[in-house]
Amino acid sequence: METTSERFRESVAAAIRDDELKGAMSKLTSALRPKRASAVAGLPEFDQLRDHGIAIKMHTLDHMDTYLARFEDNVIANGGHVHWCADEASARQTILDLCRQHNVRTVTKGKSMVTEELGLNAFLDSHGILPLETDLGEYIIQLRGEHPSHIIAPATHLQREQIADTFRKSHAHLDANRAMDTAESLTEEARQELREKYGAADAGITGANFMIAETGSTIIVTNEGNGDLTQTLAKVHIVVASLEKIIPTMDDAGVFLRLLARSATGQDMSVYTTLSSGPRRAGDLDGPDAFHVVLVDNGRSAMLGGSEREMLRCIRCSACLNHCPVYASIGGHAYGWVYSGPMGKVLTPSLTGLDKAKDLPNASSFCGKCQEVCPMRIPLPKLMRNLRVKQTEMKMTSWRQRILLFLWSSLASRPALYRFVTGAMTKILAGLAGRKGVFRWLPLTGGWTKMRDLPAPEGGGFFARYDASRKENN
Amino acid sequence: MTTSSGSSQKKVTVGLFVTCLIDAMRPSAGMAALRLLETAGCEVVVPKDQSCCGQPAWNSGDINSARKAATPFLDAFDTCDYVVVPSGSCAGMLAHHLVDLFDGSGDTHAQKQASSIAAKTHELTSFLVDVMGMKTPPGKTGARIAYHDSCSSLREMQVSAQPRALLKAAGADVVDLDKADTCCGFGGTFSVKYGDISGTMSDDKAADIEGKDPDMLVAGDMGCLMNIAGRLSRRGSSVEVRHVAEVLDGVMEAPPIAGPRNTASGRPEE
Repeated sequence: METTSERFRESVAAAIRDDELKGAMSKLTSALRPKRASAVAGLPEFDQLRDHGIAIKMHTLDHMDTYLARFEDNVIANGGHVHWCADEASARQTILDLCRQHNVRTVTKGKSMVTEELGLNAFLDSHGILPLETDLGEYIIQLRGEHPSHIIAPATHLQREQIADTFRKSHAHLDANRAMDTAESLTEEARQELREKYGAADAGITGANFMIAETGSTIIVTNEGNGDLTQTLAKVHIVVASLEKIIPTMDDAGVFLRLLARSATGQDMSVYTTLSSGPRRAGDLDGPDAFHVVLVDNGRSAMLGGSEREMLRCIRCSACLNHCPVYASIGGHAYGWVYSGPMGKVLTPSLTGLDKAKDLPNASSFCGKCQEVCPMRIPLPKLMRNLRVKQTEMKMTSWRQRILLFLWSSLASRPALYRFVTGAMTKILAGLAGRKGVFRWLPLTGGWTKMRDLPAPEGGGFFARYDASRKENN
Repeated sequence: MTTSSGSSQKKVTVGLFVTCLIDAMRPSAGMAALRLLETAGCEVVVPKDQSCCGQPAWNSGDINSARKAATPFLDAFDTCDYVVVPSGSCAGMLAHHLVDLFDGSGDTHAQKQASSIAAKTHELTSFLVDVMGMKTPPGKTGARIAYHDSCSSLREMQVSAQPRALLKAAGADVVDLDKADTCCGFGGTFSVKYGDISGTMSDDKAADIEGKDPDMLVAGDMGCLMNIAGRLSRRGSSVEVRHVAEVLDGVMEAPPIAGPRNTASGRPEE
């Protein structure tokens, strides 16, 4: 997928003026934050479960090659096929080749962020294969020609009225006067539209929340059941998954499933947990004739050996997005690529290049809420700071920032001089501010004063008062 | 005022790290912190060789500038028993990041000093309560006070109950914000570099505060205070904004942060 992260500032400026987005974001955070909190409070061993999950992930990252090879062996033993793809172009081509090999004309899709990385829908479409998203949120944004704004709630940037408008335009064959004022009526309409499409599709493409090395199985979790229909009713099931989704055993999956749903939506478990272990066997009631797993690297191996390695622990629960005040202010699209929120601020520069996403690791107040709620305790602020250090080392920061930090640190390293200069400056500023006590504007502070007054200093530094008070006492 | 430390014991030596923002913007809060520590029975030294802990450069990814700024600090606080900071953010920098900052510098002496400082650094209110056992502060107030937790205080320094307990003991009616654990949007240079986002966050915080109709908004971090006071002032709010040390100390001669001044020089009239 093309990235627009380079235009972050423009996107933010537009997002902040968007009142519908503001309403939608406020609904998302007010719904999901308390749900996670009560789910975590309801499981006393949640923190131990986190530690257990982290230990499994760290072990798996240390032995990723071994577990991926074991996974491949077991998929083949189950009658499936594994395709290794180094980058997005080779993954797209592999999926297209598989579709052609199986004479596929239409594809149903379960929600998958890695296929967003590949820009798969547009690619298949341009080669005469019709992809149809079956997750409700994905279906809505596909109709609107948009990209997901959230990794588990792709249409969370939309209000109900906007979705009703989209359905009225897209489902023109339905009664124009039908009631569409509840979430239930919208869901039911999408369900009826989608239901007949599953059986008619030639292939189902899903992602994977986890790949299990010991059994060669893949797992997806959904709340709508669309994933099951996508992968069992079509002749061919193609799983697209990035390398870090590998875990060693089925028991390990139990740990992650319990963490994932609680962290994401505050559920104990997602409504559907669906395992795929190869094509339909003799005697099976249903299942695909062919089973393919497309393993996508697309930058993960490089991360494994780099300073962003801890990011590969991410299980895509979205807790960091849901709790991030920056995400709540600007929504997901402003981040410019597939992933948004704090995890996107680390993942996007790591996968698309730091030069194409300069603002992302910087646009954080380092409040630390993301790390606090992350089930994998990924130190997101630290990883963002590491990326800032890289930018400084690569001279990607602005000349203004470099000069200001140089001057400031030179001054701060000479405390007596520093005090003389800051003491004089604060007196001048206090005098300029006068009785108002604030500035509406000052040179170089436009970013601050656009929405806030700048409090004036009291005037004179601390040490002048301290010295005076000591003299008084002696 | 009562503390659990007996007067016969040798006084602990506390190095007060004033912080660059209090030094420049709000000396009154620094003087209040000093008096509070003395009232609690500490021998307070204020080393002259202090300026800044290096956090602005550290968070900008400029390690060299951060080391340069923080270096005088290492010697200045070498000999005191504790380093106490009227800011959760600067305390967090010292307690959790200073070691990382000098890690890889090749300067083993500086690394040793950094670890020693990290181990003895405390945020002001948590030091008063947890270490000195302060129960009742010298200041008295009947104000309805909304207390704002800075993110660093809350998540890096585990400060939350201590300032509230002291404010209540001073007589304040302490009210909790609906989104008490959500960032106010300050974030150091973030507030200027990404003014749109930071300003939006500060507006959410200001609305939360105004909804509680307090007389005063109090916090332990000058950065948050300037940010919140700046947004409240722009919204035309009448809520007074002050550093927690001023309220606990009880000397509130200085006009509130971002509040109008009695005299053009900013100092209260004699």
